[in-house]
Amino acid sequence: MGNEERLKRVILKRKVVNVIMLSLSFLTALYGLIWLFWILIDVVVNGISFLSLDLFLKDPTPPGIEGGGLKHAFIGHFIITGLATLIGVPIGIGAGIFFAEYGRHSRIVKSFRNITDVIVSFPSIVVGTLVYALMVKPAGHFMGISGSVALALLMIPVIAITTDEILKLVPNSLREAGYALGAQRWQVIKDISLSAGKRGILTGVILGVARITGETAPLLFTAFNNNFTTFNPTEPMASLTVTIFQYAMGPYEEWHGQAWASAMILTFGTLLFFILAKVVVHSTRKL
Amino acid sequence: MDNSPPLKVEVRNFNFYYGSNHALKDINLPIYENRITAIIGPSGCGKTTLLRSLNRMHDLYPGNRYEGEIILYPDKVNIVSKEVDPIMIRMRIGMVFQKPNPFPKSIYENVAYGLRLKGIKKRSLLDEKVEQALKGAALWEEVRDRLGESAYSLSGGQQQRLCIARAIAPEPEVLLFDEPTSALDPISTSKIEELVVNLKERLTIVIVTHNMQQAARISDYTAFMYMGKLVEFGATEKIFTKPDNQLTEDYITGRFG
Repeated sequence: MGNEERLKRVILKRKVVNVIMLSLSFLTALYGLIWLFWILIDVVVNGISFLSLDLFLKDPTPPGIEGGGLKHAFIGHFIITGLATLIGVPIGIGAGIFFAEYGRHSRIVKSFRNITDVIVSFPSIVVGTLVYALMVKPAGHFMGISGSVALALLMIPVIAITTDEILKLVPNSLREAGYALGAQRWQVIKDISLSAGKRGILTGVILGVARITGETAPLLFTAFNNNFTTFNPTEPMASLTVTIFQYAMGPYEEWHGQAWASAMILTFGTLLFFILAKVVVHSTRKL
Repeated sequence: MDNSPPLKVEVRNFNFYYGSNHALKDINLPIYENRITAIIGPSGCGKTTLLRSLNRMHDLYPGNRYEGEIILYPDKVNIVSKEVDPIMIRMRIGMVFQKPNPFPKSIYENVAYGLRLKGIKKRSLLDEKVEQALKGAALWEEVRDRLGESAYSLSGGQQQRLCIARAIAPEPEVLLFDEPTSALDPISTSKIEELVVNLKERLTIVIVTHNMQQAARISDYTAFMYMGKLVEFGATEKIFTKPDNQLTEDYITGRFG
């Protein structure tokens, strides 16, 4: 009987610990979610009344004059991040393939990978000043494209490391099966490794794009800003983030309102992009 | 041995090193055409190492070294010579692995992959060869209506037969099996064994196995290896009934290993 009593107590103790741990992890998850929803609600509450078609379709008016929009910043933001993605994605995936497939047994490549790990946590403003020194200073003026280069530099290590990690998860027995049929190394990479890892790599690309869409600091010294719409990436270019910063710091009520509205668009735009990308990743055939 | 069949592969004074580890020591082994040669021996004796030398799989990893010759007939190419392209060897000598390892592709594409590597692009020819290979691997009836489905939708035994179909599709001259049934249930195992026996009409087979009954059941010749050396080679009947070597006898009677 004593034995049974003891067993009951042990089980009861485990149940109590289980409940405590579950509640703690629930609370930590809740903690994160509260802030997320607070931000979402806050930008909606403050921004929605300034949301209008003019915001997207009109260039800004001089301070004090009613109306105007932030067309220049929406277009600029799209061009800057789009070009950054075009530059960053191929280089990032290429670097990841190099680390995982070609550099498997090389010590030098291993140190490259470690350096890439460090670069992921680089302060983005430092990347901005680097591009300032390399592109803006020699050219003599700010350029939208230099903003893209700075953002691409932030994106490359994120994508490279995810690609590397995903490819390392592809079982080596699959590669050996390819080689055993007489495939060359590039064929094994293209047909087997990448095909097995495509969903993971796509997720890495999404993470990379998400990393850069909200960046302000690296654009300050590179794309700078522009009060007018431009499609020419060799000119200074406005972006939503820099414009939000500028407007929020400005003295006018109208500016504050437009900054809130843009913040709302940027937040929900990123959210929408994320959801869309997830849907795309899930709909790619899982073979 | 005058009535022995023609040679397909001949291992001559062969040594293999993993870095400084001398893994295979002075191996001499004939492999006869259209016969099944089984390599048996306790874990770590070098049987898989020898098998993977036959299609140069060791080239994929740094620090490995071959010494001696492995001659592939009829053209007498030295498989392990540095001048010989391992890709050419692997197109002539196929391999089936220990665990089923189909590609993350459709059933059809798995079988077609080796054909595509050989440059076959014509759809009708691919269709025909894929069907032949699946029939050869006794899988056609089970998959004919679902060729476009993922290879992972198949059971373990079916996946292994798919891997065999994939290996025979490009019509290799020799097929290497590395313990192909060790991850399978008894029913799947007997299907694969039956398949291997049928395949020897078309090609030469070398099979590494842990399972002595399997070697006795299906092989024509058996090689017994121990600690990196080839202890005894001969007709399977003889090896399993009256081996010359005491070590061989101890192993096949289960006294060690």
